[in-house]
Amino acid sequence: MKDYIIKVENLVKRFSELVAVDNISFCVEQGELFGFLGPNGAGKTTTINILCTLTKPSSGRALIDGLDVVRQQSQVRQLIGLVFQDPSLDERLSGLQNLRFHALVYSVPASVREQRIEQLLKMVELWDKRHNKVQTYSGGMKRRLELARGLLHHPKVLFLDEPTLGLDPQTRNRIWEYVLELRQREGTTIFLTTHYMDEAEKADRIAIIDYGKLIAIDTPGKLKKVVSKDVISLKTDDNARAAEEIKVRYQIEARHDGDGLCFEVNNGEEFLPIFLKEFSTKILNVSLRRPSLDDVFLKLTGREIREEEVNDQFKTMVRQHGRRMRR
Amino acid sequence: MNHLRGVYTIWYRDILRFWHDKMRMISSITFPLLFLFVFGSGLSARMGVLGPGIDFTQFIFPGIIGMTVLMSSFMAGVSVVWDREFGFLKEVLVAPISRASVAVGKTLGSATVALLQGLLILLFAPLIGVSFTASTLLVLLPLMFLLAVSLGSLGVLLATRIRSMEAFQATMQMLMFPMVFLSGAFFPLQGLPAWMNIMVKFNPATYGIAPIRQIILGTDPNLSYSYNINLFGQTLTVWNEVAILAIFGVIVILLAMWSFSNQE
Repeated sequence: MKDYIIKVENLVKRFSELVAVDNISFCVEQGELFGFLGPNGAGKTTTINILCTLTKPSSGRALIDGLDVVRQQSQVRQLIGLVFQDPSLDERLSGLQNLRFHALVYSVPASVREQRIEQLLKMVELWDKRHNKVQTYSGGMKRRLELARGLLHHPKVLFLDEPTLGLDPQTRNRIWEYVLELRQREGTTIFLTTHYMDEAEKADRIAIIDYGKLIAIDTPGKLKKVVSKDVISLKTDDNARAAEEIKVRYQIEARHDGDGLCFEVNNGEEFLPIFLKEFSTKILNVSLRRPSLDDVFLKLTGREIREEEVNDQFKTMVRQHGRRMRR
Repeated sequence: MNHLRGVYTIWYRDILRFWHDKMRMISSITFPLLFLFVFGSGLSARMGVLGPGIDFTQFIFPGIIGMTVLMSSFMAGVSVVWDREFGFLKEVLVAPISRASVAVGKTLGSATVALLQGLLILLFAPLIGVSFTASTLLVLLPLMFLLAVSLGSLGVLLATRIRSMEAFQATMQMLMFPMVFLSGAFFPLQGLPAWMNIMVKFNPATYGIAPIRQIILGTDPNLSYSYNINLFGQTLTVWNEVAILAIFGVIVILLAMWSFSNQE
């Protein structure tokens, strides 16, 4: 009998016409690092908002440590920590004051408050800047402060909604060090959404959501076996013709991927030399690789997760739209 | 306990922010002082006497205090919208404190600031020849606080429904200036045109400013004079007016608590 800290049962959230979350169910074990992936508008943020009591589900239920997120709202809130994708700090106050406010609101006992704040600020390397107003912090520093704040009341579940979005690689790495260290030391359950596949690889299990539906849930290793074959990507001077030729010659459906094509074969190393010899459409370049989580994602959703990153304007639009919907 | 803690932390943060923002303290009393001294000095000679031995500057002084408290308490709403804009509201909304207590904390926070600013204006009393005793002050403080809480919660109530900063500011201007101008802050309540009389009597701020004026200017037993409101042919007492303001305040703060709890 496993110990589930998060239980989601037949969760549905409708915003007038739109079904943002469409009857999803899953469980997360105590101490697990759980990755929640999906293209934008897939229902990730809505699901997180329901789990952290910000949005009421239309039907179904969600339990955190056995407590209902709708009926036992304030107990649930005490159990969870959050790092949002948009900053939620008081910029006019100092880093220290932000943490003290949080400690007060979450009734962290006065006897351990200062000591815990010091420990966390040192961990995220902001102790020297503790008296500076948050508006003088860089984006990375703000995110680190939010992480420290999210941990201050020793939550059982830490929700990280795109915790490293827009940060430089160095800061990303450092945030990950803290998160992994924390998990090891405290056994905190971590519920993560991210766009970065290398970050998703760190998860014990991954759930992929698309159009509000849960389409896959498993370990990164097993998910990759879904796309057990090797992936060949190629660019030609006539992709449509190339796709047709692949279909006729090998009975394989090639997918359009950016300005090229990709398809899967069983034994890439042996297949490639033969393919190059007999293929008649002119090939501009070709590559062979082992499947990654990106391929899993592409195969399951038909979309590339990184596509959205490229088009930032669209992304902001979607997010603002989403925000309006939540209201 | 949970509720009290919520109210306290939210209140405390607003006070802390205010304390850090010394410019706001100064700028928020410049406008009322400008009114008092420029309007007062400019018009005093022409306006004559507006009570026993009371010139125009002295007459509008309680009105200016009321205006300062009113405008400052409305900041409760601005600060809610502001917090939403900057994301901090989310931190508050997922915290294990009740939403109703957040609404109350916000209202009390800005009411405290409004009270401080009202007191700052009160310090100028000797300059315009108005004197009052310590016991007057003891009555005046809770009254100013009541006015601030009533209108502050109106600000919070609006802020739960009006989400963007621009729209909120526009609404505030639309509401705040008529409220100030139609409150009797700058003119006696007697002999107004009928339409204006109705609007003045419907304005909750009127029921805060009239008693403030009565307490500051009208309670000297030697110069007994009524600045109170005449409603349905009856002259109200200070206590009547306070009761009306309090009823308004209780209704609005309950609405604000309810509305704050039912937002997503």
